[in-house]
Amino acid sequence: MLEIAGRRFGSRLILGTGGFRSLEVMAEAARESGAELATVAMRRVDPNARGSIVEVLQDAGLDILPNTAGCFTARDAVTTARLAREALGTDWVKLEVIGDDRTLLPDPAELLEATETLLADGFTVLPYTSDDPVLARRLEDAGCAAVMPLGSPIGSGMGINNPYNLRLIVEAARVPVVLDAGIGTASDAVLAMELGCDGILLASAISRAADPPAMARAMRKAVEAGVEARRAGRIPRRHYARASSPEEGLAELERSEQEAHVPDTPLAAARRSR
Amino acid sequence: MTAVTLNGEAHELPDDATVETAVRALGAPDDGVAVAVDGEVVPRGEWARTDVREGQQVEVLRAVQGGA
Repeated sequence: MLEIAGRRFGSRLILGTGGFRSLEVMAEAARESGAELATVAMRRVDPNARGSIVEVLQDAGLDILPNTAGCFTARDAVTTARLAREALGTDWVKLEVIGDDRTLLPDPAELLEATETLLADGFTVLPYTSDDPVLARRLEDAGCAAVMPLGSPIGSGMGINNPYNLRLIVEAARVPVVLDAGIGTASDAVLAMELGCDGILLASAISRAADPPAMARAMRKAVEAGVEARRAGRIPRRHYARASSPEEGLAELERSEQEAHVPDTPLAAARRSR
Repeated sequence: MTAVTLNGEAHELPDDATVETAVRALGAPDDGVAVAVDGEVVPRGEWARTDVREGQQVEVLRAVQGGA
């Protein structure tokens, strides 16, 4: 159960809808993922476009979360959020303000400015942020309903580049932490949940996989596995082995050296010297 | 005629053009779209009484696939 701003979602997976080759494949993957919330972008009307993504998502039982993808300034992001509210009737926004077009990393200054403007305008703001714990705290203090740190750059599939920072964000946060961007495969999703994230948002890892619905299913299981593992409490890491079978009652299966007529081996020598 | 930029392209609209006229000129649906004129959002309820003037930039947007 993921709860953001009083809304409850049965799934901790939020689906980004970018990159699917068709709305049909997207709908099938959405169902397989179990997601109840999906992001959409705002773009110019194309009168020749076939099908409505909003209808397809709603038919598959998902709510819509508009984003401000493609915005490089606070001003553009704020206007895009307001257009999304007007077009889609939701005051929730996944706020993205990009600072660099090669890495698509967030611009922290513009992001904070847009956040404050949108919060004052009554929006529920879910900001896409870097993995900087201080910026995450500033966004939370401003009043964001969740923080969405990246694992690695959007669409890179590099996974979680800085688990330490992510852990710091999770430890300090009093709002949900949703890992956003960078997930490449199911093990990355497991790690995110093991580190204590409340949810993950992913698109490319599913939409650009060879078999998107199958990857969506894998991601659903990965999120469940990660949550279970975190709750179960993992064992501490150790440098050396710790036998899991009892040493008591171990049989003596070799004769003592005096009686033995077997050739000496390095292993036997090592055992003697222990 | 009123020369405007409509979704990035030059368009000629009638003299008494409103935001509603501009949306129709694009062949855009009524539902699920939103309009900004010179960067300011015009709510759906005000399309018919908001004039579009010479040289203005009109953007008509809708939701598409997208998201990290």
